[in-house]
Amino acid sequence: MTEKHHIIPVWFFVGLLLLIYGVLILITGLTEWSNPPADVQLTNLHASVWWGALLLVLGALYSYMFRPRNST
Amino acid sequence: MTPLPAMFLTTRLVRMSAVDLAIIVIYFVLVLAIGFYLKRFATTGEDFFLAGREMTAWVAGLAFVSANLGSLELLGWAGNAYQYGIMAAHWYWIGAIPAMVFLGLVMMPFYYISKTHSVPGYLKLRYGSEASALSAITFAFMTILMSGVNMYAMAVVMQVVLGWNLHFSIIVSSLTVGVYVAAGGLFSAIFNEVLQFFLIWFGALLIPILGLIETGGWSGMVARIHQNFPGQDFTHMWGPMSSADKNPMGVYWIAIVFGLGAVQSMGYWTTDFLVVQRVLSAKDVRSAKLAPIIGSFFKMAVPLIVILPGLLGRAVLPWHLVPGNQAQPGQFKYDDVLPLMLARYCGPGLMGLGITALVAGFMAGMAGNVSAFATVWTYDLYRPYLRKDAADSHYVSMGRWCTMIGLFVSIGTAYLVQYNKSMMDYVQALFGFFIAPLFGTVLLGMLWKRVTRMAGFWGLLAGVASSVTIFLLMKFDERWVRVFALSPVAQPLAQAMWQAMWACITCVVVTTLVTLVTKPRPDQELVGLVYSLTERAREENVSWVHRPVVWGTLAIIALVILQIIFW
Repeated sequence: MTEKHHIIPVWFFVGLLLLIYGVLILITGLTEWSNPPADVQLTNLHASVWWGALLLVLGALYSYMFRPRNST
Repeated sequence: MTPLPAMFLTTRLVRMSAVDLAIIVIYFVLVLAIGFYLKRFATTGEDFFLAGREMTAWVAGLAFVSANLGSLELLGWAGNAYQYGIMAAHWYWIGAIPAMVFLGLVMMPFYYISKTHSVPGYLKLRYGSEASALSAITFAFMTILMSGVNMYAMAVVMQVVLGWNLHFSIIVSSLTVGVYVAAGGLFSAIFNEVLQFFLIWFGALLIPILGLIETGGWSGMVARIHQNFPGQDFTHMWGPMSSADKNPMGVYWIAIVFGLGAVQSMGYWTTDFLVVQRVLSAKDVRSAKLAPIIGSFFKMAVPLIVILPGLLGRAVLPWHLVPGNQAQPGQFKYDDVLPLMLARYCGPGLMGLGITALVAGFMAGMAGNVSAFATVWTYDLYRPYLRKDAADSHYVSMGRWCTMIGLFVSIGTAYLVQYNKSMMDYVQALFGFFIAPLFGTVLLGMLWKRVTRMAGFWGLLAGVASSVTIFLLMKFDERWVRVFALSPVAQPLAQAMWQAMWACITCVVVTTLVTLVTKPRPDQELVGLVYSLTERAREENVSWVHRPVVWGTLAIIALVILQIIFW
């Protein structure tokens, strides 16, 4: 993203945030698999699990692709 | 998961668990860390105020569209979608896409080539100090007031939705924004706007997905709305607008096409420095032209996470929501529809993500206001009128200080609004007074070399004055609504469109008349500022995939297809 300054690309921070959130949401979804919150609709779809997994995969991908590298 | 009782009140729309709070705290830690990391790069004026002019088209484009994707916008337009139906999507489609494409293809080259730091800066080059000072003072004043209004609105939403203490929300969010913007300038603001963009999409996208699953798709949702609200049309965009009394907004199609599409949205997207500043950070002219066009495709998709949840609310919520000023204790307002839908489908974790998206949206909105304020104050008021020849480092330091001072003034405004609620309506209206005539002034200046210095100033002043007059007449005497909005049933949104149209027409007429009786500037002084005197970059050697005009055309085609589908 930057030419004059060697700044870590914003996409890395996006990936980092999605990765952390993905892990937290996926774990929460798995722990509630058999005991979902009563006041939420469509809990049978386990949205936390697949949405958390999606965030985790995208986050890992972005974090890896745009990871800080030493400039030569 | 155990609900956290400590700092929260008992009345709230949603409950949060420990993992939700952890998600919010992680966001605050990350944005502060990014701010401190970027501080080392914001050393010159160009770095601090224009992010070094080195952003790619994608980053500038996402920041451009994110600067307008604040939480008030999300909550308000989801509420409008519940109230008016899919007609609210006009503000995302005809009320945004043509203006964004126009900015990219026609106006951006002039802003960029003139190397101005701001829109008032362009006016100074084109017209001189009178129009520029009027624009800069009004913009700086309004921006800081708007920031305060947004801050108060955020605190109220957090209080209603989460039960958070009002002072806690104002102090924590404003200090965080102050620290990261003062540290990294526009670098920080843009980084956080890009983060916010992803948060909003991932935080809100589950609502339409799960909502459509619950209703059995689009046709199932339409059937449920007809069942819940028989005889009313909430799912067509243009059909109900053949007459003002056939639609809940009380508007003719002509107001949408000309008032919204041709004036109001053009004024906002092409001359509001808050959004234009993001594009000025692009690394070259082609990126600056592409950025708003890239943004237009994302803007086109926003109704999926804003308008559709509002419509789904009509289909699935067990209560009928009511206007904010009519809500009794225990009743929900139109603007509550998005948090209600979030609470309907999102359990622990996902709820934290959704709430973080709202908090991020509020904070990015504040950051946008204070970073734009700092630039206009430093470059368009402080430097020309108070201290002309200081070192670059002095202006950077001034930018940092006025970021913090701007935030403290915003906090003061937020508390002022708390004690005088009607002030909120006036401040939001004030911002609208200026945008439509400013568009007339900037556009005439770019396209017509004959327009003179005093014509720019008097046209702008007359446009603003007419806008204020029309607003006050319609507000205090409803008979004027029939005169200016061509219908006695025109709702505030429709009135604002007509007000913008009349203000722009007044500006153009006065500018033209004054131009005809005053002496124009020599051509050589206008090179790079006016269309006919500026050599435009040729793109024969650029592959079609990278040409802004190709993507601009595709955006317009997609817009037309959407209008036909939802006619």
